[in-house]
Order: sequence, then C-alpha cells, then structure tokens
Amino acid sequence: MSTSFDVVVVGAGPGGMAAAAVAAEAGRRVCVLDGNAAPGGQIWRGSRAETARKYPHGREFLNWRARFEHGGCALWQGWQVIDRPAPGFLRVECDGEGRDIGFGKLILATGARERFLPFPGWTLPGVMGAGGLQALVKGGLDPQGKRVVLAGSGLLLLAVAAGLQSVGARIVGIYEQAPLSRLAGFGLTLLGQLGKLAEGARYRLKTRHAAYRTNSWVVQAEGRDRVEQVTVTDGHKQSKLDCDWLACGFHLVPNLELPRLLGCRIVKGYVAVDRLQQSSAPGVACVGELTGIGGLEKALVEGQIAGWAAAGREAEARALTPKRQRLQRFALRMDRAFALRPELRTLARAETVVCRCEDVAQSALEGCAGWREARLHTRCGMGACQGRVCGAAAEFLFGWESSGTRPPVFPATVSTLAAEADAPQTARR
Amino acid sequence: MSEGFSITVNGKRVRVAEGTSVAAAMMMANEPCRLSAQGEARGALCGMGICMECGATVNGVAHQRTCQLICTPEMAVATG
Repeated sequence: MSTSFDVVVVGAGPGGMAAAAVAAEAGRRVCVLDGNAAPGGQIWRGSRAETARKYPHGREFLNWRARFEHGGCALWQGWQVIDRPAPGFLRVECDGEGRDIGFGKLILATGARERFLPFPGWTLPGVMGAGGLQALVKGGLDPQGKRVVLAGSGLLLLAVAAGLQSVGARIVGIYEQAPLSRLAGFGLTLLGQLGKLAEGARYRLKTRHAAYRTNSWVVQAEGRDRVEQVTVTDGHKQSKLDCDWLACGFHLVPNLELPRLLGCRIVKGYVAVDRLQQSSAPGVACVGELTGIGGLEKALVEGQIAGWAAAGREAEARALTPKRQRLQRFALRMDRAFALRPELRTLARAETVVCRCEDVAQSALEGCAGWREARLHTRCGMGACQGRVCGAAAEFLFGWESSGTRPPVFPATVSTLAAEADAPQTARR
Repeated sequence: MSEGFSITVNGKRVRVAEGTSVAAAMMMANEPCRLSAQGEARGALCGMGICMECGATVNGVAHQRTCQLICTPEMAVATG
C-alpha cells in the first residue's frame, strides 16, 4: 500500500523535528520516519516528558516535541527506509511490514555515527563507542561504580564523561588524540560563541577529577572474555589502565547512505547544499550532521530552514542564513581541530579485525586496490552493517572512497524487497 | 520509574526497569550478544542500531538489533 504527504522527513532528531514542526505549522501535510524506538535522535535519546528536564537540552526537546505534535505531523516510529522504488517514493519497513510512502518534498535528517578505528582488542565486549556507551546508559545500563576509560576524539568524549560521572561511573581518564595546540586554537576561535564555551567549561567542571589528556590515544585493549585493561600512549610512554568499559570513538561521520541512494552530490564527506538546504537531487533537502558535524544548534537552524523552504516560505528560511553560516563555520573548525593523527593508521596489526561483520583482518585488506576489490576478495563491508563501521575506517586507513549506496539501505525482509512498486501507478511526475 | 520486571538472558534471570533496552539488559547479565564469523563473542558497539554487533535471538526471532529493542516482561533473549 502507499500513502502520500506534502513533506516527508527522515529522522526524528533535532533537525528532523524542527523541519517537520515548521513545515506543518506552515500548513503542509508532514510525515516523519524514524528508525529508533522514540523521537529525539541521539542527543535527545531517552528524553521522556517526566525526565527531560534532568538532561542538558531537555527543555528544548520538550518545546520542539510540543510544536511537532501540535502541528499534527504523522510520526512513523520504528520505520526504517529501505529503498526508493520510484522517483517521489520511499520504501519503508517496520517489524517485517513493508510500505511505500510518497512525498512532494523530502528532508533528510539522518544524523551521524561515530567513527571507529581498529586497534588490537577493539572487538572485545565492553569496548564501545563513546556515544554508544551513552546511548546504552540512557537505555537503562547501570554505570554505578564502573571504571570507564574514554578515548578517541571530539567534544563527545567530554560530554559523555560528564554524563557518566553524574550517574555514578568512575572516569579513569579521557584520552584525546588531537594535540593541545590545535584545541587551544580552536578554543580561541570559539570566543565569539559563548554558549559553546560555557558548554565546554561545564564538561571540564564535572570531570575535573579525571585526567583529560590531549595528544594521547589508545593502543590496545586486553581481557579474557571482555575488556579488562587498556593501553594508552602519548607517543613516547605507554601506560596500562584497568577498566570495566572502554568508550572509544573518533569524532563523527554523517550517515550518507540515503543521500547517496537519492543521488545527492557529496563534497569532502558531506552533502553539498545551497542556502535553503537543497541538495543536488531535485526536491531533496539535507540538514544537520549530513552537511557538516555541528551538533544540536546547527541541526535546529538547518531543520527550520528546510522546513520553511519545503513550505514555499523562502523569506522566513533566508532570515536564518546568518545563523546558519556561523554554525557551519563552527562545524568546519571542529573537523580541523579533531583531524586524525597519522599514528592511528598503525594501530591495527596484521591479525586485527577491520570488518567486524565478516571478521576480515587488516592483512587481508592491505593488498587491495580499493573498496571494490576488497568487497569481492575479502567480503569486507559486505556484512550486516553494510560497511557503516569499516567504511569510515578503511577510508582513513587505506584512502578508499566509499562507493555509492545500493538498496536495501538497511537489512529488510524478502517480502518487502520483492513487493511490486505500487508507486509508479500513483506517481504523477 | 516502576518496579520493573524480569527477563531471561541465556537462561539467566535479570531484573530490569521499564524502558531498558535489551542490549543494556544483556550487558547487565554479563552475556555477549552475537558470535562473530570466527566464533568470537561480541557486545554492543554503537548503541544506536547501525553496527549490528548487538544482534541476538529474542523470543525466538534471530538477528534482532537489541540496542533498538525495549525489554518486555518474560522476554527470552539468547546469544546468537
């Protein structure tokens, strides 16, 4: 069966919620598709009405959720986009049930994921992403008394450390791979952005008992059945730290699968958009992390711009341009500040697994010329995650560019994949 | 939050609060999620439904992304 809306938004994080709320308030029929259990995306994960006030940004979530609900947006929670069966249609699935949904305008707000890099021991249970651990704790994992090492890169390490400490975890240390010089420069350029600076200060305050070391990175994780010890280095000296969990992510990378499937032009790792958030694919706008890793504020502003634009209200959209430009500059500075150091390319040993889905070791990949050869000869990136984890790693380790996306974008049932596209009969383009 | 309820993970009874994800429950039960192609035990990595490392069999249905699934009373979860 198929249903149609004026505007379809993919992703119910801040960018998607803002886009949907604004377009609905402007009188458009809006549907939001979201693959998670509840709206809010990653930053607002676990923000329920009763508890939202306790989380940073919780009130903002409640405000946007109220606008979103008041606007009468249809929310398809738990629906995953699988394919585009025909122009103007998406195929979606939930609990094995497939449907086609038509759109006049499409706004993609699919957010970002952590960049993971392979090192010996990174596949041990208890080694997680920093955002990954935060999400699990928001999902009820009890961190009381757990010894946690955080490593990798990005503001997320500090945010997660502060959050974990406030709910009873013991932060052993935070190891940021970027050199202090680059972060200090970054701090200075932030002077004009007091909100961000205050946010940073709050993290420092909450985590003041834990070591925050720059120029330092994880070398390996060890343990019998799960991680028990982590080795970190500053390039000269190595130290071993006992821990229960290692939370390790190297900044963020955008979830580009859907923009790629829809033919949006990608430049330097992000979707290229104009001032109204429109991509090169007609009728497809992209907002938030897809256009540059800039966090909550950027996603909200870009979401509103895309929402106004989808409703044909360009003047309102353009009023937000100066804010948008400031936040995009911030995103670029973050990328530069947290650029990966070359030493991280040498962490994986010959036997270290790079593709976790298919257990493909580093040695198997070294001789490959690129993604295509790696896929064909080793099955790297061919497993259940479809290269979402090893893709970003291989790009950094070997310089392989990710190829285009092929459907299904997400694992789907055969019946959904095989369903005839009912779209072409109803499409009017 | 309410009193919670119990589920089983590889036959172990675990008490969880309402709203707990299955992946979180598996970690609290000290049980791995899936076994890799070469038989290594794996646990949740990304926590947001993209890496598939937290796959497990839930109420008889294989390959469930447990970090995206909320526990329900008497749920039976098995590493797989």
